[in-house]
Amino acid sequence: MMFRAALVDPQIVRASRGLWGDAARRLRRNRPALVGLVCIVLFALAAILAPFISPFDPYAMNGSSLDAPSLTHLFGTDLLGRDIFSRVLYGAQISLFVGVGAVVLALLIGGVLGAIAGGFGGRIDGVIMRATDVFLSIPSILLAIGIVTALGRGMVQLMFAIAVSYAPTFARLLRGSLLALREADYVVAARTIGASRMRILVRHMLPNALTPLIVQATLVLATAIIDIAGLGFLGLGPADPRTPEWGTMLVDARRFMQTAPHIVVFIGGAIVISAIGFNLLGDGLRESLDPKLKR
Amino acid sequence: MGRYIVRRLIAAIPVLIGLSILLFAYIRILPGDPCVAILGQHRTPAACAALREHLGLDLPLWQQYISYLLKTLSGDLGSSVVNSQPFLGEFLTRFPGTIELTAGALIFSIGVGIPLGRLAARKVGGWVDGLITGVSLFGVSIPVFVLGLALVVIFGVILGWLPTQGRIDARARFDATSGILLIDTLFAGRLDLFVDVVRHLVLPSIALGSIPLAIIARITRASVIEVANEDYVRTARSKGLKEKTVDNRHVMRNAWLPVTTVVGLQVGGLLGGAVLTETVFVWNGVGRWVVDAIENHDYPIVQSTILVFAVIFLIVNLIVDVGYALLNPKIRYQ
Repeated sequence: MMFRAALVDPQIVRASRGLWGDAARRLRRNRPALVGLVCIVLFALAAILAPFISPFDPYAMNGSSLDAPSLTHLFGTDLLGRDIFSRVLYGAQISLFVGVGAVVLALLIGGVLGAIAGGFGGRIDGVIMRATDVFLSIPSILLAIGIVTALGRGMVQLMFAIAVSYAPTFARLLRGSLLALREADYVVAARTIGASRMRILVRHMLPNALTPLIVQATLVLATAIIDIAGLGFLGLGPADPRTPEWGTMLVDARRFMQTAPHIVVFIGGAIVISAIGFNLLGDGLRESLDPKLKR
Repeated sequence: MGRYIVRRLIAAIPVLIGLSILLFAYIRILPGDPCVAILGQHRTPAACAALREHLGLDLPLWQQYISYLLKTLSGDLGSSVVNSQPFLGEFLTRFPGTIELTAGALIFSIGVGIPLGRLAARKVGGWVDGLITGVSLFGVSIPVFVLGLALVVIFGVILGWLPTQGRIDARARFDATSGILLIDTLFAGRLDLFVDVVRHLVLPSIALGSIPLAIIARITRASVIEVANEDYVRTARSKGLKEKTVDNRHVMRNAWLPVTTVVGLQVGGLLGGAVLTETVFVWNGVGRWVVDAIENHDYPIVQSTILVFAVIFLIVNLIVDVGYALLNPKIRYQ
């Protein structure tokens, strides 16, 4: 480092930023991504602060049945007189918890499988790829339905079901990036100086293959939130039907669509805002993490 | 070309075997005893024994698997544990409804998505482009059932323009031969009913088609922009061809390729989304049947529906890939 500093004129040296510093700088200039970030922060705050900011107990009856929105009940009340605003806040907690859990689990499963397939190749690669083909041939919501019915209803089962339906995508994505990196100069160089396969994979290839995975994980969070609500809507949500899960709540809301359409709007709006947040941030990350777009 | 198709068919075999193992395992990992899971409180020792016999659960696992495989290959996809009706018969009476719905959604998403994508690509960064990007963002971010419910409220409840339940006026009486009502009403010469079927189809198609619409519009936009920057397009333009000719003959012909692949990939999502859409619009198709089956713990129905949907998805993608090869000489001559 010393001699490098001596060689470069300090006047023209550009402050060196890492990939992430650079990406963060570009992300700050990307207005849609910032809007997405705001949506996500709103969603995360609602989830984390739900126990402190909800005006009412989401399980308790606090008003008469199907009250219209008012200052006491911002979003009105449901059939059982429960405060919908509080329930939407607690619903964010469930979506965030199950959604993030599912995506992390999918990244772990898919990451390990993809790293083995792309890093080692050969027969094991073939087997893993055929296995992902099998899972990808089943429409993801049906796959999740199958898993939840097989394992029984519950949050953990829900998380696992969503994780399994997205793990194959992550595995393929990572494998693809690793294959593309195999002949990269620095990988060939590491191989030439006798670095072990494992070391090359972990030290040189994986860090460079992670960015598409991070972008995809952000986008999948949006779909995961939608899928969780979808399973809830089909009656496959958390085991306790009183749980304030967004999809489960929509089943009830649907019955009063004629008389109280605002309930669908509030719950649906919560789902759409969180999904838009992750979609915008994912797109923004894709643009800002792609070194080819560097200016 | 023939060799390409054969190669693709052979490549599908391991996937089908994997699928059969997965679905075979499905019935066997149901929580607790399959007897408890399926029959619930209504079980009696005799009913349990009959069910185990029915599902062949007393044999060694590998024998069970072989017999499942042979039965499936011979077209026997099991039967309902609720009313003992064979799967295939019931499936075939309901599938036309799902075909009609997915076709409607596909027509909507292609018919609107491709022009939107082309429009957005014409002036990158302009307000039309921004608007279309926003619409497609909204399309992928709104769950089909939320959009479906919103459409029901707006166009059904408030405006009262369109029907929101079922496939046709419940009082309509006519001979449904194919089950695809758009075709049946036409053949019966009942133009009034045909219009009624179309009106029933509008809202569900929009709800189900919103995600593919967004994806198709995005891909078309990206693909057109990429091709429009090619040298041959500049050459075509500089030799004085009309803008329309350049667009149709030089840009679109090459921009189609990625779009066709993406359209094929949407079919899986459409079949999955049909489950939710049919529930919202009380649509008589396979999707609602599956939801009922889940409620009744009729798992063999769920199992076989997943199998059939996966096979349909594989076949559609095979057709798309073959079509792609036909459209793209680079692949054809490989």
